Amino acid sequence: MVYQRINSNRKIKMSFLELQNITKIYPNGTKAVNETSLNIDNGEFVVFVGPSGCGKSTLLRMIAGLEDITNGEISLDGNVINNIDPSERDVAMVFQNYALYPHMSVFNNMAYGLKNRGISKEEINNKVNDVAKLLEIDQLLTRKPSMLSGGQRQRVAMGRAIVRNPKIFLFDEPLSNLDAKLRNQMRLEIKRLQRQMGVTSIFVTHDQTEAMTLGDRIVVINNGVVEQVGTPKEIYSKPNTKFVAEFIGSPQMNLFNCKIENGIAHIADMRINLNNSANIDDASLGIRPDDILISDNGQHTCVANLVEYLGSDMIIYSKIGDQEFSCKLSSKINLNAGDTFKFDISNTLVHLFDNTNGSRV
Amino acid sequence: MTKYISSTINHFILSIGLLIMVVPIWIIFASSTHSSLFINTNGLQFFLGDNFIDNYSRVLFKQSGFFNEITALKMFLNSFVMATGIATLSVITSLMAAYGLVYFKVKYATFIFWLIFITLLVPLELRIMPSYIVMSKLNLVNTFAGLILPISASAIATFFFRQFYKSIPDELLEAAKLDGTNSWSFFIDFLIPLSKTMIAAVFIFMFVFGYNQYLWPLIMTTSEQYWTVVMGLKTMYGSISDRFAFVIMSMIPPVIIIIFLQKLFIQGIFQNK
Repeated sequence: MVYQRINSNRKIKMSFLELQNITKIYPNGTKAVNETSLNIDNGEFVVFVGPSGCGKSTLLRMIAGLEDITNGEISLDGNVINNIDPSERDVAMVFQNYALYPHMSVFNNMAYGLKNRGISKEEINNKVNDVAKLLEIDQLLTRKPSMLSGGQRQRVAMGRAIVRNPKIFLFDEPLSNLDAKLRNQMRLEIKRLQRQMGVTSIFVTHDQTEAMTLGDRIVVINNGVVEQVGTPKEIYSKPNTKFVAEFIGSPQMNLFNCKIENGIAHIADMRINLNNSANIDDASLGIRPDDILISDNGQHTCVANLVEYLGSDMIIYSKIGDQEFSCKLSSKINLNAGDTFKFDISNTLVHLFDNTNGSRV
Repeated sequence: MTKYISSTINHFILSIGLLIMVVPIWIIFASSTHSSLFINTNGLQFFLGDNFIDNYSRVLFKQSGFFNEITALKMFLNSFVMATGIATLSVITSLMAAYGLVYFKVKYATFIFWLIFITLLVPLELRIMPSYIVMSKLNLVNTFAGLILPISASAIATFFFRQFYKSIPDELLEAAKLDGTNSWSFFIDFLIPLSKTMIAAVFIFMFVFGYNQYLWPLIMTTSEQYWTVVMGLKTMYGSISDRFAFVIMSMIPPVIIIIFLQKLFIQGIFQNK
């Protein structure tokens, strides 16, 4: 494969991209990114995920060089790139609205970056044709972007990035303009291409499903601060903070405000033994909807207020005291709105957070 | 049925409008093909006469002016050079001014823009003395440069291009930056092709504006060699059919420009929503 990046002359270091105490303050005083440090290895696929306005795109744009860095240092492949022009950083970016050049054909869209690098015509031809075949857009090379469908534009945008064979791919929510079916398809394709080419990639999204499925590692960002970095599994099974617990997983994790006395959680009149000796006045007890075990001999009893049928699964909404929660179970169980049901909460499956700082206990 | 009636009414109204526009021009054209004697005795004509070639060739090549130093053909040439110069230069200057104002971090860019815009309140007629003095001190009286330069920067064209550039998404510039453009190649490779249609529209407007100049060339030229068509219209003292022929010919250059750029021109007008 021509585009496989196995460069023996490029030193393989422990961290390929290093962010050190990166801070971004906009001229109007808004702090978009605060003291963020992060190491990304060569060939890794990292996803930045967080709610809109959390600073994830700003961070990406700082890596691309489209945004000045207020404080801190970014180094790529051993070189500090803070003051290096975006065109010389050897990074390629796929934008949310694709940002294809409307007056150029697909071929020229892909070839433009290469032309600027002074690559010979013949080589450009070969490269563009190879990448077009890889992305199955070789039939579209003479068309203008306005004559393409959303999915095709997406492919061209990716082709434009791939053809340059950059050190890093940056994806800024590239799937959010596609319909659900195409989004799943492109997601798989991006993953496949990234594996195939082995290029370090950073993908920004607010969609936790995308984050979970794409990333080798996920960086959860909130309010300009990194909340947790880890593999999808780590993030899901052991969220470090209350925010991560709520943000990752669908349906959302149930969080009960409660008081812990000698390892026993008090939620309204329900008691859950946590098997430890914690004492916290203001805590949150988290349990994922699919970790609530429904059985006829369950210890706790509740009324199903609302049942959402999803095909193979269903989601039941209920209340403990005045706190709403949901549980997810197989739709083979016969349960209707208004029925009572019994359930257990296993203390091995709960997540405990201190509400004063939101961190995991 | 109602559709048929409404379409008939529409076409009727449009036809009347068309006639109001075209008939006077047709009458002048038809009259210009008769001899002056015939028009003087029979009035304006609606049908073509047989003096077309005689009249038009006489007008084109006859020496006229106060000192008989210029032909109509030379006037057309002068007007064409002046109008093309004004149109070309104002497209170039306003494209560049708008580029600078929108894409570079110019301090007080908005203020500078409004300063440019305010010049609309100061038309050439108002600054004609200072403009003349400047041009004469530069020794540009009786030159094409003198005719063209003082009217070759257009605030309204700058305004159009500025609004258009502002509507171009920032991502385009960012993608281009990552692809290695510099500020010059971004201008050449992106902005100019993207504003092609607007360039055509501005070119036509400025061409007609330049072509219609009367006062400025009148003041700037003492030699008849630099007379323009519009000046000629005022000073042609030929026979009546000669004058009609001259009027008809004076319409041709702007019409040709519009015919050539029509498609782009219409797109350009509607592009800036």
